[in-house]
Amino acid sequence: MPIQSMQGALRALILVVVFFIGVWSQSSGLVDDFMFYLPDVQYLVVQHLWLTAVSGSLAIGVAVPLGIILSRRSMAKVAESLMQVLNVGTTIPTLAVLALSMSFLGIGTVPAIFGLFVATLLPIARNTYAGLKGVSPALMEAAAGIGMSPTQRLFRVELPNALYVIFAGIRTALAINVGTVPLAFLIGAGGLGELIFTGIDLYDPIMMLSGAIPTALLAITVDALIATIAFIVVPRGVNPSRA
Amino acid sequence: MIRLDNLTKVFDTPKGAVVAADHISMEVPRGEICVLLGPSGCGKTTTLKMINRIVRPTSGKVFINDEDTSGLNTQELRRNIGYVIQQIGLFPNMTIEENITAVPRLLGWDAKRYKERAREMMAMIAMEPDAFLKRYPSELSGGQQQRIGVARALAADPPVMLMDEPFGAIDPINRAVIQDEFLKMQQDLKKTIMFVSHDIDEAIKMGDRVAIFREGKLVQYSTPDDLLAAPKNAFVESFLGEDRALKRLNLVKVREVMSHEIGTVTPDDSLETALQRIDDYGYQNAIVMINDRQRPTGMITRAIARTTKGYCRDHFQGIPAAVHLDDDLRKVASLMFSNDMTWLPCVDDDERIMGQITQRAITHHLGSRHRVAEHSVADQNTGV
Repeated sequence: MPIQSMQGALRALILVVVFFIGVWSQSSGLVDDFMFYLPDVQYLVVQHLWLTAVSGSLAIGVAVPLGIILSRRSMAKVAESLMQVLNVGTTIPTLAVLALSMSFLGIGTVPAIFGLFVATLLPIARNTYAGLKGVSPALMEAAAGIGMSPTQRLFRVELPNALYVIFAGIRTALAINVGTVPLAFLIGAGGLGELIFTGIDLYDPIMMLSGAIPTALLAITVDALIATIAFIVVPRGVNPSRA
Repeated sequence: MIRLDNLTKVFDTPKGAVVAADHISMEVPRGEICVLLGPSGCGKTTTLKMINRIVRPTSGKVFINDEDTSGLNTQELRRNIGYVIQQIGLFPNMTIEENITAVPRLLGWDAKRYKERAREMMAMIAMEPDAFLKRYPSELSGGQQQRIGVARALAADPPVMLMDEPFGAIDPINRAVIQDEFLKMQQDLKKTIMFVSHDIDEAIKMGDRVAIFREGKLVQYSTPDDLLAAPKNAFVESFLGEDRALKRLNLVKVREVMSHEIGTVTPDDSLETALQRIDDYGYQNAIVMINDRQRPTGMITRAIARTTKGYCRDHFQGIPAAVHLDDDLRKVASLMFSNDMTWLPCVDDDERIMGQITQRAITHHLGSRHRVAEHSVADQNTGV
């Protein structure tokens, strides 16, 4: 097939190009320049992930129950207006949130985690609420009609059916989170932002990229990780990626 | 048995109070299907849903097997009532097995027992357990899904079932098949069933009794045959349609209308004998010829018997059709029309002749508003 051979040729070409880029960067000393920052990167990646893990799990722990509570029928009157408040909250730039939390909580890890927590909270709460509200009324009637209690309905019918949407929220939120952590450096919490912002200040592109490239890779990795968890956890019958 | 006692529902709407169900009192005897029928907004669904408290009654009581259900816990009440809805409502996150065993699991059956029950239910609805139990609802067709919906409702063997337009979303061909399967199951199961429908033909087919609703009130509650024979007022009459006499054809079996007396000849009789019998029985056109196993094999027409000499075996004509004792009159009428016959022989399972059915007998049966067990003598004069 001509198309297959075209693709094969393209692939071979890419390999060759990548190989020569490698050769060039090795011979020009670029690799050594980057390797200079390796110990820093190793240390900062751990710090970076730690900030994401703490703020992210706090956000999930608060946002999912919040979404569940807001989706209860007894909350119907307040829920919509509260969701509007949350939506407005999402539009506040993360940098502003960090600056605000710094002015209340001072400098260091705590205000950074708080700021990241707030930024991550909203997409998760919104998707949890939307996912649960999106469960079809017929399903809810069937669940009630066969004699499930409200708690059984929540855990056996509503949450499993909303799980895919909830996970989509978590994915978005954590990708944002990982991408926002560099800003935390500005209020003294460390992370890969240290290399990025110092690199910018010193006009040292190698240093900046040593922070930026791992940040991008981390964001992709976290996203893929959550996607994998969703693939496994969301029941097959309601999992579009397993249909 | 389900008994409703002055069941009333008033909805508060921005436009004021709306009475959706107005002092509904009725009783469905044990083992019968009662179809709630009426135009949309007539209160039939509200009435049904008050039984399992999906809708909370404003006043009135529901009794199941003579027990006042208002004393029961809502979950407990619902677990003892099978519930089937039009949108089917299978849980997409659960396998077919998990769906069917939902109620048994809520009731705390052990795993072995409910798994076995799932296989039993699949056998009952004629679906292959190994092929379907581990699949998900989205992988099934609409008809298959609703079969599973029925199986789920029946899994814990509740004495009472509520069905809210259960076959409404299924295409007409599959609907008829599922209705027939369901009626067959019901013959063994003998559940007490309330069934909401807006389709008069479905009501007549499924219902042992039919309750007609209008604007929140129960207008008429009777057997389908009584309903069609004697509609209570103009509303019921117009709702049933102008062809309601024809709809009754579905409800009556051949054995109820046929005459057991029939004159026959055998192949060895002479045509003279045949003519003699035709005259004796007062038949106008022809007489049936039967073989030694009592099966109708042909007929001798009056014209041939009068003009020809010889034996019946050499001069008979084929009989265009015969009907079974358990066929309904709709089929009989159709066969008569398509074959230009005013009578048809009736046969049993072994195709032995049991009698005859005439057009006159059918019209007479449909015309008599109060059916008395009469297999009238008058019919015989007009027969073959």
